[in-house]
Amino acid sequence: MFIKDILNRANSKWMEGTGPESDVVISCRVRLARNLAGVPCPHLLNEEQGRQVVKRVVDAIAHKEVEKIVGHLEAVALSELSALDRQILVEKHLISPQHAEAATQSRAVVLREDEAVSILVNEEDHLRIQCLFPGFQLNVAWDLANRVDDVLEKRLDFAFDEKYGYLTACPTNVGTGMRASVMMHLPGLVITNQANRVLSALSQLGLAVRGLYGEGTEAAGNLFQISNQITLGLTEEEIINNLTAVTHKILEQERMARELLRTQTKEQLEDRVGRAFGILTNARIITSQEAISYLSDVRLGADLGIIRGVDTRILNELIVLTRPNFLQKLAGHEMSPFARDLKRASIIREKLAPSKG
Amino acid sequence: MYCEECKKRPATVHVTKIVNNKKTERHLCEYCAREQEQIGFGFEPSFSIQKLLASLLNYEPPTPEGISIAYPEPTKCENCGLTYSQFGQLGKVGCSECYQRFSEKLSPLLRRIHGSARHTGKIPKRTGGAIRLQKEIEHLRQQLQNAIQREEFEQAAQLRDQIRELEKKLP
Repeated sequence: MFIKDILNRANSKWMEGTGPESDVVISCRVRLARNLAGVPCPHLLNEEQGRQVVKRVVDAIAHKEVEKIVGHLEAVALSELSALDRQILVEKHLISPQHAEAATQSRAVVLREDEAVSILVNEEDHLRIQCLFPGFQLNVAWDLANRVDDVLEKRLDFAFDEKYGYLTACPTNVGTGMRASVMMHLPGLVITNQANRVLSALSQLGLAVRGLYGEGTEAAGNLFQISNQITLGLTEEEIINNLTAVTHKILEQERMARELLRTQTKEQLEDRVGRAFGILTNARIITSQEAISYLSDVRLGADLGIIRGVDTRILNELIVLTRPNFLQKLAGHEMSPFARDLKRASIIREKLAPSKG
Repeated sequence: MYCEECKKRPATVHVTKIVNNKKTERHLCEYCAREQEQIGFGFEPSFSIQKLLASLLNYEPPTPEGISIAYPEPTKCENCGLTYSQFGQLGKVGCSECYQRFSEKLSPLLRRIHGSARHTGKIPKRTGGAIRLQKEIEHLRQQLQNAIQREEFEQAAQLRDQIRELEKKLP
């Protein structure tokens, strides 16, 4: 069981700060929604029927060929995880907040050890295959998701219609069932007041912008998630290509904004980054909201070479490490918000200490 | 992202509207969203995509001169038992069969959401065998046409043979 290891380590592969364009693109994800033909959708299933679906998926992933093609996968029912552990999977982007809500035997998650593959069983759809990679590797994520889909399709009858494509619980996902998303760190666009203009134009291209933790969350720490809205009428490759082209454009704009900040307002930028670093390395009480916004500034400083010796990996790691639930996991018990703010400040000081001075 | 109205508070309410295939998005903070009456934030705290969909589903265009058209009794999916009105309330189908059952009403809805009602993407290898072949044949026919136009007859002959081979496999 490597799932316990996943829960205990703060570092996910996607946080390593590796991969192409990782100064701006944090991670890429591709999600495929699949349902079993003829079986009612999860919201209509009772506990027993739900367990049947989980069993079919678990049997399918246990097959030798799956291991050969996509690697060893393990499944765990959400009822076997504590509320805290479920929240940690949310903070690591391995399951959705909606999936974590109900801890039943009829809901499960399938994971690969490196956390690049996660399959949500009985969330809104019977299966949601997710592949997550660090940096700008949208094609790599799609390729893997496609292979997972192919190998599972050999053993599971996925609901498919010639006209409507893959059939999903919600008509907004029908067709390819694919949601591809890119998480970007855009402090340059935010500081130069261009973020709204650039990002609101995206809706005209059938793309959506969201915050760090998906639907309905705010864009904390200048982190934005850009994803396709339209799933029907376009091929998977077209969706990936559109998103790739747009990401390149935003990337270019962000780099231009950063260059502008670095050359035109050098002192202000250095001041901002220096203050953020000063607060993070000295604060004794810090909220997650405050921490993430200063971490964003420090990361910008590190990317532009204003602060030396700070590993961007530490900053990515701290974003997850300082989330409320992860702190409680580290402490091994539930904590009051105040206790969390204390603990958070101490972890940040500790992690950033070697790079000080 | 900051609220579009006040530009001070972070935007926490995101509204996507699709009117006549035109999509608009608004990003507001909770405070400004309450101010904007049309969102009705105060009355429905759990504003969800499902509810938005449900309202699209239940929307019947007004008929000219007040002629009322009698719609047939609500249809029901035999496989999962979901009725059309339940679907309208949930904004989610009950099972994969519902798409066939409610096809007539779903097609216009899908066009409103996606701007299209026909899948052009991936086809499952095992279960989608015949559909896959057909798509491949269509693709080859297109190539054949192109080859003929370019007067590349050798290639056209090859493509024709390929198409014949594939057609033999069709059930």
